Amino acid sequence: MQNNRSTLFFKNKPMIIGNYSTVGSKEGHGNFSKYFHCVLDDDKFGEKTFEKAERKILEHTLNHAVKGANLTMDDINVLVCGDLLNQIISSTFAARKFGVPYLGLYGACSTMTEGLTLSAMLVDGKYVKNVLCGTGTHFSSAERQYRNPLELGNQRPQTSQWTITGAGASVISSEGVGHYIVSATIGKVVDYDVKDVNNMGAAMAPAAMDTLITHFKNTNTKPEDYDLILTGDLGKLGSEILIDLMENKGYNLRENYCDCGHMVYSDTQKTHQGGSGAGCSASVFNSYVLAKLTDGSYKRVLFCATGALLSTLSSQQGDSIPGICHAVEIIRNEKVKKWR
Amino acid sequence: MDNKERNLRYNKYVESKVPKTKEFPTLIYAFVVGGVICMLGQGITDLFLYIWPTMSLDEANAWMLIILIVLASFLTAIGVFDMIGAFAGAGTIVPITGFSNSITSPAMEFKKEGIIFGLCVKMFSVAGPVIVNGVAISVIIGIIYLFI
Amino acid sequence: MALMYLKVFLVGGFICMLGQILIIKTNITSARILVLFVCIGAVLEAFDIYDPIVAFAGAGAVVPIVGFGRSLAKGAIEGVKQKGVIGALTGGLTATSGGIAAAVISAYLFALIFSSKTKKY
Repeated sequence: MQNNRSTLFFKNKPMIIGNYSTVGSKEGHGNFSKYFHCVLDDDKFGEKTFEKAERKILEHTLNHAVKGANLTMDDINVLVCGDLLNQIISSTFAARKFGVPYLGLYGACSTMTEGLTLSAMLVDGKYVKNVLCGTGTHFSSAERQYRNPLELGNQRPQTSQWTITGAGASVISSEGVGHYIVSATIGKVVDYDVKDVNNMGAAMAPAAMDTLITHFKNTNTKPEDYDLILTGDLGKLGSEILIDLMENKGYNLRENYCDCGHMVYSDTQKTHQGGSGAGCSASVFNSYVLAKLTDGSYKRVLFCATGALLSTLSSQQGDSIPGICHAVEIIRNEKVKKWR
Repeated sequence: MDNKERNLRYNKYVESKVPKTKEFPTLIYAFVVGGVICMLGQGITDLFLYIWPTMSLDEANAWMLIILIVLASFLTAIGVFDMIGAFAGAGTIVPITGFSNSITSPAMEFKKEGIIFGLCVKMFSVAGPVIVNGVAISVIIGIIYLFI
Repeated sequence: MALMYLKVFLVGGFICMLGQILIIKTNITSARILVLFVCIGAVLEAFDIYDPIVAFAGAGAVVPIVGFGRSLAKGAIEGVKQKGVIGALTGGLTATSGGIAAAVISAYLFALIFSSKTKKY
């Protein structure tokens, strides 16, 4: 069943030479507050609408990731970017400002690993030297596109997650000093017929399981071989489901598995199942995970951002929620001294 | 394995994993907040009848509803209503305040897309079904009443 | 007087609690609850069940959205009594026009002045 083709091995070791993360104030009060590069007080970032704010957050993050890599925008060969808004306007409008060759992605909340995989392919194949990859989301713009008006006085269901206000970006390059991207598994769209739009974690967990198992098989590894296995935004419930699913298949995830969405908010922040959104895995990966790789706490990380590929139309027409998950394996480079 | 069977089993399993709302407290919150809103309404009606003793009960009730509607609309506008709603649930949705909130909140939300195509078009995006169904059922009842 | 307020509190609170039970048991959205309760109110009024509840509990039965459905049905029935067929069409909205107009105009004005803010919870 599982074919070997879906896992890519990068022989030339593309590196993550620059990274940056920006989050809103709620995320800034969460568990990773000291790792984020920039915490905004004003979640409108001085803009008039939430969509414009999301765009500006993304621009800010991309800009600083490039600066952090000691490059300028002119050195970037390709920008690989995506977000959650209709027609991925935040990324497109950010790309318009930079004037850099641009590939727009839509992978829902899995955009960060989709982008990292593509960037690593471009760099590893020696097509280009520097690729900038990023994504971002905004709670309020996602809420108004996918759910209810912000001021509607309803209760959020227990299984719901909180879309993160935040963005993360990485610069992937063949030159410089950075942690290595050694392999990536491109996921399949997996649908277990979950229809509850307020329970994305359950819809995405089977996709994460599929990709994880494929990756373990193709790379001949076991969960214990990694210091950290990190999923994107399954949330508390979704990550418990994933642990159960993997246990059924004979893999033990209890030791070194974490979920960005589950961890990013503290328990007192009343987000129910934790964070979600493309910005969730992007901001956590580009802050906490890379920092921990740099200080040596982790040596080998498997990062699998998960996405729920639904639209408001598809769910209103009674379709179930397909999930996707891409996995990227990152290995520590001891030469990386300073975490920016 | 058969996908349909697998999906059914998975959905059943997910259902068993879903955390249950702590039901009892939310019922009490809804009860108390809803009851207090109704008492506030009764107070307004009684006040109207006290000030204008000639006023009919129906007219006083109409004034009371209008005042509650405007009050809920104002609380929505200043961003307080969604916090009360998150606490009280149906306690604020079921009274007329919820109706008012569901008209004001999309109107505010979509103002940025323009007054006509944003604010005015989206105003009834939540409360529209209430008016549509309410009017439809009232017409049906009226027509049935015509024949009996 | 105090007894009346107790009745208002209990009946009003009870109706809201029914809504909350629906939310918990069925994960129903707030728009559906409003639709359901309006229809229930209209049907109860058509069968002459709701008027005694209003007489008993006053605002406790008027303030919940069920009362809105009751006004719609009551208006339609009275319209039929007074004007015949056309009353079935005009009655419901006539009886509730005050509430709808107040909701529309206050929503319009407040939306022009205020903008929505990010949720805290």
